[in-house]
Order: sequence, then structure tokens, then C-alpha cells
Amino acid sequence: MPDMTPLPGQTIYVAPTDGTPLEETGTVDTSAPPEGQWKEAWKQLRSNWIFWVSAVLLVIIFIVVLFPGLFTDINPRQAQLSRSLEGPSADHWFGFDRQGYDVFSRVVYGARASVTVGILTMLFVTVVGLLTGAVAGFYGKWVDTAISRVADIFFAIPLILGAIVLLSTLNNVWSNRGYWGGVLAVVLVLAVFGWPQMTRIARGAVLEIKSLEFIDAARAIGATKRSNLWRHVIPNSLAPVIVTATVSLGVYIVAEATLSFLGIGLPPSVVSWGNDIAAAQSQVRSGNNLHVLFFPAGALAITVLSFMLLGDAVRDALDPKAKKS
Amino acid sequence: MWWYVGKRLLQAIPVVLGATLLIYAMVFLQPGDPILALFGEKPVSESVKAELEAQYNLDQPFIIQWLLFLGGALTGDFGLSFSGQPVADLIGRAFPVTLKLALMALVIEAVLGIIAGFYAGLRRGKIFDSTMLVVSLLVIAVPIFVLGFMLQLVFGVQLQWAPATVGGDASFQRLILPAVVLGLVSFAYVLRLTRTSVVENLGADHVRTARAKGLSETEVNRKHVLRNSLIPVVTFLGADLGTLMAGAIVTEGIFNIPGIGNLAYQAVLRGEGPTVVSVVTIMVLVYVVMSLLVDLLYAALDPRIRYA
Repeated sequence: MPDMTPLPGQTIYVAPTDGTPLEETGTVDTSAPPEGQWKEAWKQLRSNWIFWVSAVLLVIIFIVVLFPGLFTDINPRQAQLSRSLEGPSADHWFGFDRQGYDVFSRVVYGARASVTVGILTMLFVTVVGLLTGAVAGFYGKWVDTAISRVADIFFAIPLILGAIVLLSTLNNVWSNRGYWGGVLAVVLVLAVFGWPQMTRIARGAVLEIKSLEFIDAARAIGATKRSNLWRHVIPNSLAPVIVTATVSLGVYIVAEATLSFLGIGLPPSVVSWGNDIAAAQSQVRSGNNLHVLFFPAGALAITVLSFMLLGDAVRDALDPKAKKS
Repeated sequence: MWWYVGKRLLQAIPVVLGATLLIYAMVFLQPGDPILALFGEKPVSESVKAELEAQYNLDQPFIIQWLLFLGGALTGDFGLSFSGQPVADLIGRAFPVTLKLALMALVIEAVLGIIAGFYAGLRRGKIFDSTMLVVSLLVIAVPIFVLGFMLQLVFGVQLQWAPATVGGDASFQRLILPAVVLGLVSFAYVLRLTRTSVVENLGADHVRTARAKGLSETEVNRKHVLRNSLIPVVTFLGADLGTLMAGAIVTEGIFNIPGIGNLAYQAVLRGEGPTVVSVVTIMVLVYVVMSLLVDLLYAALDPRIRYA
């Protein structure tokens, strides 16, 4: 220590070095790869109770969709006219509709058509939208112009209006299409008018990722354009696409119900929530028999709500910035 | 800015052309003879059939049919419906009804959504906020036709506060209940959007500055928070007008309103091609014009955005 004799009236304070030793505060393993976006998101998601509520609901719904027989022994197409419009009771929780169908059984078996339409439409839209959007955003120039203009054309036609027109044409060309044919027709029609939305989202995400430095770095170490697109750009643009897909699933389920309500969606022979809600309308006119409307509508609402809440939770997890608001 | 408007209008031309071609193909490129369908079981003489085919241009190749339709549409002539009325007249009667309904729904959702969203945002996490969040989720999750039906039952049939159906008389009073139903879903979106935007603005630097220079809380909220929060809301509302008009098809069905959605729906069921194509064309035009207006509005409201 240098000589620091204080002048008269002066005090010099020196912090004692022994009191504050440098301690090891933990080790950082610099060789380990950084925790990925997905692992971080999963951590976030795990601590969000909304995620757990919607996940549990969705698991239950999926079990109902896959194994309806576990929940009821009653055939949804077995009409007991003698019990027409009977209210809920201990043996028949949701009562009977006008045809004498057991409403609980209808709700359980109706889940399959509604959820299948939602999931298949979402898959179609996501695959087509992701590919077109990624190619448009990544290659740019005339490819982008061509894809974007075509997407604009489909986007400009309102979903329900376009779906009604296309479905009525399909009804003429391909009538009598049975259960899965009926489901597939609705899926195709919703996908035809639904994909541009996903194209726009994917294109925007790709444009953002494309301009980041690590893409240039990958180019510099010799990645080809195509491998860059598949290995770096697309995987890193997935977050907004996944969020939109989850939320839109609920939208497509509602759209199916709307089309069935308009009498042009699934064939009447298909047991579905939309068909049952449509049929319930005329039975509830006077304000009686509300159970016929309430249960299928409630099942639909809970399902849609679960997908929307899941979408919200996933968004919060993938985009920490949005969480604050 | 005029350069931008011109560019956007030019870009819209292929969109409108493509969309009409698409719908035209969906309606007219299907097997089956619409003339025969028109007569049902009755026999048709060759000469009558030929005359009708010529009248509806069905004797022309598909692309020519479409071009003839477009040419007519440009001069306001949308052809004849199968019952012999000019489609332009049908649309002329139905369009104002739907426009009125959609505008009423827009006002309702805007006023209620902004007020509720503003207070929910100011009192984030409090009871009002949570209640509104639950309400908005329910409104979005329950299909509009179930909500419409319930409201019709409660207010139209049980309480008799409003007429249950509209029918031929599309007056202001009769359209209130349908307008509420139509605006409900968008109300939920306006509410959530306003709330998010208000919360964001409350933490913004310019609001802190406004507080620091001594403005009262009310003034800060009104002049600085609310005003700036409205930018995304107003653009949403602009885009929503087109959505409302197209979405009115369900509401018009429930309340029996003689609007454009009902017209299109009936025409689809009857296989009446010219009417269907014309209505969809009108809706596409509404969409294109509204999205252009929204973009311009956005620039007008937010000085950070300028179109060259």
C-alpha cells in the first residue's frame, strides 16, 4: 500500500480488501449449447395455469373423440319417439330431443365430426400456408408477387360466403358422400378460403428471419439457398405460425357449425354439434326444451374456448414481449 | 400519397378480376343444365331452351361468359335473375339494408368495446377487467347463431322488448337487436384490442411526461392514453365493416332480414348463378375499398407512417 499519510484534519477511507473476497458465483459451461427457444417456451408454458386448464380439457375432448363408446352405451341414432323432448334425468343427463335421440349420446358422438373438421382444416391450411408463405418470403421477386397476388384473390372472398358457394357446387358434383366424404368436403372448402391468412403470417415471419445475421453466416460457411430455407429459415419462423394455427382451429370448428347451421355443411346424417344446434332451433322456438340447444352449443363453446386459451398461452410463451401487456 | 392510392387501385384490379373468375368458375363450371333445372319436371322445347341460353349467355364458351358478365357489371348491368328481375335491382334493394345493419353493428361494437376496453385497461386485474375478459371469451367461443337465437328468444319472444323478426320493414328499431347480435363478436375483439393498447400506452414515455408536466389524471387518460390507444382500434373497425357485411348472412337468416347475405344464400340454394356471382363481386369490392381506406386512415392517425 502506498504511503498515504493524511494531512491534518483529513481522513482517508480504504475499503478493507479482506472483507469482500471475490467468490465463485457459479459456473457457466460455455461448451453447452444455449437453451433453445422451444425449451424456454416450454418452461414458460409449464408455469401458466391457463395452459394446464386448456390442456386437460383438450385431452378429455380428444378421448371423447377417439373413444366415444367409453362414455355412453346409447346409440346416437336410436330414436325413442315415446321420450321425445323429455328433459334431463338421472339416467339421461342431457335429456332427449324431438326425434327421441339421447342428447348426451349425440353430444359425445358429435365431437368427432366437429373436432376432425377443425384439426384437418388446420393441418391443410398450415402446410399450404407455411410452404407458400415461406417460399414467397424467402425467394422474393416474381415468386413473391405471384404467390401474394393469388393469395390476395382467395383472401378477398369472404370465408362463409365463398364456402357456401363452393359447397353447393360440391353438392351437385359429389352428392351422397357419406360420413368421411362429408367431413372431407367441408375441410377442403374451408381450407380453400383459409390458407391465404397463414401464407401472410408465414411470409411475414420469414421476411423477418431472412434478414438476420445468422442466415448470412450460414450462407458464408457454404449452406445452399435451399438448405438455408429448410434448416434455418423455416424452423425459426414457426412460432407465429403455430400460434395462429392453434387459435384458428377454434375458428374452423365454429365455421363448420355455421355452415351446418345454414344447412349446407355436413350432411344431416352426420352426427355433429353444428347439425344438432341447427336442428335444435326449431324445437326451442317457444322457449321450452332449452336443453336440446344448450348441451351441443355448450360442448362446442368449451372446445373452441380450450383451443383459444391454448393459443393464448402458447403465444405468451413464444413471445415474451407480448406477455407484459 | 395519390401515387400510393393509384398504385393500390392498380394492384386491386387483378384481385377483383381473379376473385370474380374464381367464383364464376365455381358457379358455372359444374355439370348439369341450369335451364333444365329451371323448368324442373316440365318438358322444354328446343327453341325456348335456345332462347334462354342466349339470354343468359350460356351458349358461349366459359371465358366469354365471364367477360360478358364483367362488361355488364362495369356498366351496372348484372344480368337477370331466373325470375326475370334485373340482379342490379335485387342488389339495389338488399345492399342498403345490409349496409345499415353493418353500420349500426359497427357503431354499437365501437362505442361499447372502446368504453369497456378503456376502463378494463385502466383498472387492469380488477373485477371489471376480469369480468370483461370472461365475457369477451364467451362471446367469441359461442357461435354467433346460438347467441343470436338466444337474444331473439329472450328479448324478442319472451320480454317482447324488440321485434323478433325484421321481415320487409327494415327500420331502425327493428334492426337494433340484429345489429347487437352482429356486432357482438367484434365487440369482444374491440374490447381486447383497446384494453391491450391502453395497458401498453399507460407505460409509455409520453404518458409519463404528461403526468410529469402536471396534467390531471383524467386529462392524461383522455388526451394521451385514450387517443393513442385508438389507432389500432380504428383500423380494426375499418377492416371490420367488410367482415360484418359478409358475416351478416347468418344474422339475416335468424332475423329474416332482406339483406344481401339472405339474397346470396337464397340464390345459392336455387343455383341462381348470376345473382351469386354479382353479390360476391360486390363483397370483394367492399373488401378492397375498405382495406385501402384503412391503410390511408392508419397513415392519417399515426404520423410515423407515411406512404410515398
